[in-house]
Amino acid sequence: MNRSRVAIVTLAALAALGLAGCGKEEPKPAPKEQAAPPPPPELSIKIGHVAPLTGNIAHLGKDNENGARLAAEEINAKGVMIDGKKLKIELMGEDDQADPKTGTVVAQKLVDAKVNGVVGHLNSGTTIPASKLYSDAGIPQISPSATNPTYTQQGFKTAYRVMANDVQQGKVLGEFAVHKLGAKSIAIIDDRTAYGQGLADEVEKAAKAAGAKVVAREFTKNDATDFKAILTKIKGRRPDAVFYGGMDAQAGPMAKQMKQLGLKTRFMSGDGGCTPEFIKLAGDAAEGFYCSQAGLPLDRMADKTFAERFKKRFNAEVQIYSPYSYDAVGVLVDAMKRANSVDPAKYIAELPKTSYKGVSGNIEFDDKGDIKNGAITLYDIKGDKLNVIEVIGGAPAAPAAPAADAGKAAEAPKADAPKAEAPKAEAAKK
Amino acid sequence: MSAMDLEILLQQVLNGLVLGSVYSLVALGYTMVYGVLGLINFAHGEVVMIGALTALSVGRLLEILLPGLPGPVVILLATLAAVPVCMALGFVIERVAYRPLRYAPRLAPLITAIGVSILLQHIAMLIWGRNYHSFPQYLPSEPFNVLGASLTVVQVVIVVVAVAMMAGLMLLVHRTRLGRAMRATAENQSIAGLMGVDINAIISITFIIGSALGAVAGVMVAANYGVAHYYMGFVLGLKAFTAAVLGGIGNLGGAVLGGLLLGMIESLGAGYVGDLTGGVLGSNYQDVFAFFVLIVVLVLRPSGLMGERVAERA
Repeated sequence: MNRSRVAIVTLAALAALGLAGCGKEEPKPAPKEQAAPPPPPELSIKIGHVAPLTGNIAHLGKDNENGARLAAEEINAKGVMIDGKKLKIELMGEDDQADPKTGTVVAQKLVDAKVNGVVGHLNSGTTIPASKLYSDAGIPQISPSATNPTYTQQGFKTAYRVMANDVQQGKVLGEFAVHKLGAKSIAIIDDRTAYGQGLADEVEKAAKAAGAKVVAREFTKNDATDFKAILTKIKGRRPDAVFYGGMDAQAGPMAKQMKQLGLKTRFMSGDGGCTPEFIKLAGDAAEGFYCSQAGLPLDRMADKTFAERFKKRFNAEVQIYSPYSYDAVGVLVDAMKRANSVDPAKYIAELPKTSYKGVSGNIEFDDKGDIKNGAITLYDIKGDKLNVIEVIGGAPAAPAAPAADAGKAAEAPKADAPKAEAPKAEAAKK
Repeated sequence: MSAMDLEILLQQVLNGLVLGSVYSLVALGYTMVYGVLGLINFAHGEVVMIGALTALSVGRLLEILLPGLPGPVVILLATLAAVPVCMALGFVIERVAYRPLRYAPRLAPLITAIGVSILLQHIAMLIWGRNYHSFPQYLPSEPFNVLGASLTVVQVVIVVVAVAMMAGLMLLVHRTRLGRAMRATAENQSIAGLMGVDINAIISITFIIGSALGAVAGVMVAANYGVAHYYMGFVLGLKAFTAAVLGGIGNLGGAVLGGLLLGMIESLGAGYVGDLTGGVLGSNYQDVFAFFVLIVVLVLRPSGLMGERVAERA
């Protein structure tokens, strides 16, 4: 008698659990397919994003990944239709540790996972070797931050970037140093990575062409923190300006050590050092620093609500390239829409014809995969803040429209209008 | 050589001295452990890192709780907080990772040490994140002029503290009973045990002292460069170990000499290698220079500059 009661109770309990379980599962698909008409089938795609998520520029890698993630979430939320199906992007965020060896391993992993597109990598040193793998597999790759010219000079049909490259950046920096800062002698240091070395070479070329003398060319590694020996040597050469080709994680301590050594001269770097993190690391040695970014200043970008949305979602300030990784995702999806297919083989032909209004402005590519009308912005640091000195290049400024309007503008890329609504949808969901 | 050249040389020498002092402090930790256990404690670099990051957190806490405190007091308190943390860490590492393997083949504790090193790096990454943290300037950062070279207060403090701690350690090891017990353990563990020395306690104390020195070194490195992060211990540990070997592993005086020498070689090497090789080798070969010297010294004098002092293995 007892046993059968136990059995009945157990069965009842299991049934209750089963019903409860069923009850819990129902609401999950609801957000997408509420209404009576049959919900549109989902089209799941994978977009890979690669950046250093560990190591000394992890903060920049995370910044890039967050930008891409925000784009994927907003696109998923507003519901883009491709081939009659609703697009669902799964962002595969990978860590390449800023190491070319790891970068190729990760690239192979993404190729094997048959991703529909790649946003990345962050460093030129990892982007360039990885681009060969993506090209062989026919997977389009858009880098939001690799500025080394070689990346698009390899002739790969899959290689694109959404910001200006180092040929332009180096030229702007070199000419600025000579003509605006009046430097007749320059000392150049680089970190021997593809990016640092490439940019330093371009700056050297431009400075020499503008008539300055390069009195020292020193090198370091991308994980060193002690630069006293190099800086002491440079101090002996008495340059009017010192340029560092490398990242903020080193430019910061370098600025500090320049001050400690009493090396009182102008200190400049490229986009790698032009971040809020640099100001934190350099402390009071950051004052009077000059740097450039490959792109427009955040407050002159086409979509001025981006920084807010970013902060709201991730509780972090934009470091530097998240608007570009955000746009890179947008460009990929835009090409997919125009081709009405998510298959790389089919939508890759649409990429060269891109004319996409992204957060960072209008994006069009030239025949190499570089962006047309790429801008370079020069900054200085005064009062612990990056201040815009000058913007060189870039598309003619669109009439400054308030954020709400920018969303509503009826333009071909439908991606725009829903972006303004997406944050509201996000807020409602939360 | 012009006056400017002499000034530059002096600056490079001073830089090397500061760098070398830090290497010496950390090298002492390696050499002491090797002396009593015959083990290269690869995790020591990470203990240094934990010291730096703990001091960073304590410093931040103090700034919130007691905002009016002057900088030097904050950094002193932060260091005093970091030292016991590292001492405890060193003790735990020895008890958990190395003691069970004390009589195992030499390879086992070596691999374990590497494992502990990786473990600590990742624990630090989980606690403090992967970003580089800027270590606040608690001491005045304006440099002052010394015969044409620039020095900061931090650098002077580093050298003074390092010298003081090394002198203290020498006194401890050579003039106290505890020191005698340590030397006996280092010479021959089993005989020392028969003579009434508590081997386990001595070994634990060795780790604790080494870790305390490491903690101070960590704070100094963080204060000097203004950055602290979860990976900072790795290269520092490697170089300090190199310094210990250069001077003669197991030999305390050797660790000090090796550290100072390595600091000088790196500093002068980076400064002058470009000129010496006519631009063929650049300053990015700084580390290569240091390791090259190590190889040459070991080939010509395998026991290091001041001679090895390792436990006799029965």
